[in-house]
Amino acid sequence: MQTLRNIFWLGAKELRSFFRDFVLLGLVLYSFSLAILAQAQSHAQELHNAAIAVADEDHSELSRRLARAFLPPYFLPAKQVSAGDIDRLMDVGAFTFILDIPPNFERDFLAGRRPTVQVNVDATAMMQAGVGAGYIEQILTAELAKFATRQDNPAPASIGQTVRIAFNPNLITSWFSSVMGIISSTTMLAIILAGAAVVREREHGTVEHLLVMPVTPFEIAMAKIWANGLIILGAVALSLTFVVQRLLAIPINGSVPLFLLGAALYLFFATSVGVFLATIARTMPQLGLLYLLVAVPLNLLSGANTPLESMPALLRNAMLLSPSTHFVAVAQAVLYRGAGFDLIWERFLAMGAIGGFFLILSVWRFRSVSAQNG
Amino acid sequence: MTELPVVRLRDLRHAYGRTRALDGLSLDIPAGCMVGLVGPDGVGKSTLLALIAGSKILQDGGVEVLGGDIAKKRWRNEICLRIAYMPQGLGKHLYPDLTVEENIAFFSRLYGQSAAEGAARISGLMQDIGLAPFAGRLCRRLSGGMKQKLGLCCALIHDPDLLILDEPTTGVDPLSRRQFWELVDAMRQRSEREMSVIVATAYMEEAERFDFLIVMNEGRVLATGAPRDIMAATGAETVEDAFVALLPEGAARPKLTIPPLARDGGPPVIMARGLTKKFGDFTAVDHVDLEIARGEIFGFLGSNGCGKTTTMKMLTGLLEASRGEALLFGETAQASGVDARRRVGYMSQGFSLYSELTVRQNLDLHARLFGLEPKVARERIGALLERFGLDDFVDALAADLPLGLRQRLSLAVALVHAPDLLILDEPTSGVDPIARDEFWALLIELSRAQGVTIFLSTHFMNEAARCDRISLMDSGRILATGAPADLVAARGAANLEEVFIACLEEAGAARAPFAPVAASPAGRSKNPAFSLRRMMAYAIREAQELSRDTIRLSYAILGPALLLLLLGFGITTDVDSLAFAALDRDNSFYSRAYLSEVRGSSYFVEQPPITDSRDLIDRMKSGGVSATIEIPPGFGRDIKKGEPTEVSVWIDGAMPFRAETIHGYLSAAHQKFVSDPAIRGMEPAPPLPANIETRFRYNQSFDSIYAMVPGAIALQLALMPAILMALAIVREKELGSITNLYVTPVTRLEFLLGKQLPYIGLAFVDFFVMLLMALYIFAVPLKGGFGVLALGALAYVAASTGYGMVISAFTRTQIAALFGATILTILPATMFSGMSTPAASITGFGRFLGQIFPMTYFLPISVGAFTKGLNFDDLAGHLARLCLFFPALVGLSLLLLRKQEK
Repeated sequence: MQTLRNIFWLGAKELRSFFRDFVLLGLVLYSFSLAILAQAQSHAQELHNAAIAVADEDHSELSRRLARAFLPPYFLPAKQVSAGDIDRLMDVGAFTFILDIPPNFERDFLAGRRPTVQVNVDATAMMQAGVGAGYIEQILTAELAKFATRQDNPAPASIGQTVRIAFNPNLITSWFSSVMGIISSTTMLAIILAGAAVVREREHGTVEHLLVMPVTPFEIAMAKIWANGLIILGAVALSLTFVVQRLLAIPINGSVPLFLLGAALYLFFATSVGVFLATIARTMPQLGLLYLLVAVPLNLLSGANTPLESMPALLRNAMLLSPSTHFVAVAQAVLYRGAGFDLIWERFLAMGAIGGFFLILSVWRFRSVSAQNG
Repeated sequence: MTELPVVRLRDLRHAYGRTRALDGLSLDIPAGCMVGLVGPDGVGKSTLLALIAGSKILQDGGVEVLGGDIAKKRWRNEICLRIAYMPQGLGKHLYPDLTVEENIAFFSRLYGQSAAEGAARISGLMQDIGLAPFAGRLCRRLSGGMKQKLGLCCALIHDPDLLILDEPTTGVDPLSRRQFWELVDAMRQRSEREMSVIVATAYMEEAERFDFLIVMNEGRVLATGAPRDIMAATGAETVEDAFVALLPEGAARPKLTIPPLARDGGPPVIMARGLTKKFGDFTAVDHVDLEIARGEIFGFLGSNGCGKTTTMKMLTGLLEASRGEALLFGETAQASGVDARRRVGYMSQGFSLYSELTVRQNLDLHARLFGLEPKVARERIGALLERFGLDDFVDALAADLPLGLRQRLSLAVALVHAPDLLILDEPTSGVDPIARDEFWALLIELSRAQGVTIFLSTHFMNEAARCDRISLMDSGRILATGAPADLVAARGAANLEEVFIACLEEAGAARAPFAPVAASPAGRSKNPAFSLRRMMAYAIREAQELSRDTIRLSYAILGPALLLLLLGFGITTDVDSLAFAALDRDNSFYSRAYLSEVRGSSYFVEQPPITDSRDLIDRMKSGGVSATIEIPPGFGRDIKKGEPTEVSVWIDGAMPFRAETIHGYLSAAHQKFVSDPAIRGMEPAPPLPANIETRFRYNQSFDSIYAMVPGAIALQLALMPAILMALAIVREKELGSITNLYVTPVTRLEFLLGKQLPYIGLAFVDFFVMLLMALYIFAVPLKGGFGVLALGALAYVAASTGYGMVISAFTRTQIAALFGATILTILPATMFSGMSTPAASITGFGRFLGQIFPMTYFLPISVGAFTKGLNFDDLAGHLARLCLFFPALVGLSLLLLRKQEK
């Protein structure tokens, strides 16, 4: 009983200290509000406002039609450039796409001589280049077909393909990026809050003070874990309700409580990792470096930014050991696809198991380190 | 004595929030003598000294120092060369990871001394002060007394006219204290100029030796004059008595009487046999035997670093003994565990409570951790608050309390659970005489009335004399144990202090006699607006610290390399290995041919077929498949008949960018099927009368590694330097060495640039490591100019460190700096700087964040030089913009950094 009481009161102390540090509080608020809004509204992960130019060497009606076919919000209005400038403009990155329409294009086209329109893609603009190239090809095909038949609706093919996008019919990226933003903030903040709280106690000698009292290292570590986890969980819940659902007006299909349950499980893991790192680092700068080493891959390789399937098999399997991967999967399944517990219980199990392992590991490390240093 | 006063105060006022620290002080402090500043805890002594030193911003009133107004920046700049200030706290403004010599050399450079002049003065001073044998020892390994000597050495490096010492001997043992004052005296005599010294102290014996005393209380001056005059005026025999008599509450002070100890003959409460502790090959505690009876007040005396604290830590179970055993209440500290701890109250040396909690919250927390009933706790806390005079500070943050009050709080906390045994490590260091007496009255009551055993260490001889028994310790060994009076008698000494010093000198602890001859006087030059030497002082110091911290250094170099490895291979925007599943309701030649178009694609991996619509929904929901293809019944038949038919595709839209790509792949597969002559029978689709040729420039295979590796390098060089830089500056704020910026001639620009240089260097090394990795591990060739890439990287790391510098200006704790630097870097770096989408296409707040982030301008250089094969001419525009960041960010930091404390 006293153990539980100690964990409770030590954690309450933790909450008090947190709410007194206004800079810290401000940064957490920022991470779960402005930062989420910025990500959601940035269009960083879709074809949006792509810079496109046309080197029109034909000056025909067809070439003008092609140039006009690129519409916002996907493309910025196509700029006219001269063919000689294409290389230079691509080099400085002024445009991601430059079309080159050769002289006499329309004449050759109508005469059936199959002229070639060239699409230059800056392949270093990874995500935009890939998606954009596909769009451009489709747009050009449609325009050329329209022009060839001289009518606005090409005859329907007898074999059709209806494509429906599930869960996000209009492919609005803010649905995706807002929740993924919450997840990466969760990982970053949970590790750093818990870890820094431990290092601070050590740097200020307060851990020593606790250890001469009837308080065990286990209780100290658990208090850090629950209190910092709770702060983040609260921030996640508020962010999801007010920022995502209200401000951004993003419909959530699934059960928010189920998602928060997943978040709580995940936070056990993330805060434990923070405590664990703090037992390795002696000073705050060391913790900062260690933290980068752990948190950056946890975030960037979890599938929240880039598709998991495309990673090398070895790394992909290794990332299955990271609860962040499972948490991203849970978030996508629950919030977007409305999956219930029955469909994703394995992910919960994985998060719980790995989180539990780290919890034990970090408490054990904390205890042995405390015993050494006094 | 000179006629002009060295310091002139005119109606000086200073407040912290609503608390008044100084309340209308008007005073002339005579030049050329030793001036002592005494007064109870928290009456504004430290504030006054900090104001005189120019370390704090003046709020109200006038302070003239050395004949000029300290509120004027020009005057401060001029006289900081002539002032030295040692702040409170043992070695707080020194650098623990630097050696003795490096610490002094740092200050020498700060005062603009040339290498030759500095070297001469450093070796001279070290010899004079007796630090020469320890020149290579790390400051963190010095004892308290040694640290103060080092502090003095650093303060004297520029031969100041005014030396300001804030409690320089608090927590220092009598022998070291005596040596310290001899040093100061000798230095004053030797100095060619007349050096004025202003000292705040809690030791009244010390105050007796000063030429002039200022007695302060509650922000006002009670009395000034020579100690003799003050004693005469109050009719007291000692300064301590005079001091007490001057205070309003001192008049009715009862004399402490200690009833004799009634020994009950029970088993000893503390029993140590052959207790030994070794740290490596250094023996901190060497075969210590102790036996302390119930109710006894046992004092532990000894020089700093002699093993007192280590012994106490072993008794509490904080440290494990290397050999021997320690029994508390008849049990070993380890075995008795939590239960014994309930009976022990411990107060560690140095404040170790939660400074971010209030006085009451600290007490409450401890009461709860000891499992006190709420009612009992309330009563006890109320009584303790009253007893220790903390009533008025209940809701003050512990961080805001002056040293003496913090000590009282620590003691109250140690008593909150009514322990049977108190282990107190220098409980009264820095506490004023009246509070010390009150505290002793409490100890005596606890011991005699309640039978509480008290084991304490102290540097005050009058406190030692009150103990039932004392032990003298040196170099880990106990030299003598016994009742104070017996020890004095046995030695035939006049008092305990003589016994102490005699014992130590016998044990060889006394250092060589002091003979200052060596140091040459310091030259005094004009104070330049910018001094390369002062900047290098910080650069060298930072680099030295960095090189000592091998863990930080290796993380800083290996970390980015390891991350590059992970991210380079791991982050890819190629969409492939997509899980799809089919629901083939037709199962004809045509339907299989359709599906084989998809199956044949390297982008897709087929999962077991879907059984029904329910299965389809579930598998989409759980994320098991990213796309499903449903072929309607009669698909083949309809094609043969030429009748319209429709394939239905579902794509998971949870990740929009991936959904777009899947859509593209499936459309292409569909087109291929439709235009296959074998399917269409006799009539091939009319080909489009034009070709569309898509050229992926710079990266024909459209393999993401060629963009990702240069991008990941840019990312690493944004994160690590910013975080380390922010922490480096805030660390000085948090640990106290920022004072050196406030009181020495170093300017803010020199401070910032000096601290930045090593990190720019470190980040540049990182850049080269990652460049080599890109070339040889990832086989990403450098197609363009190396020169422009290296130049860009240099400008970039200068900007990243500058970014960290700006963040540090807003934060006061390391935790917040680490936090701020991380979250304010990662988001713009990964999302808004063009790593995944060109920065120009980003909208909203993210676009703004991207535009003010240096990575946005380095990324085109990195990608351009690596993958696009560009050279200087092509990238000059980006480079120029990148170069603007450094001066802009340093300028902003300058505006935000204060040269004085608020």
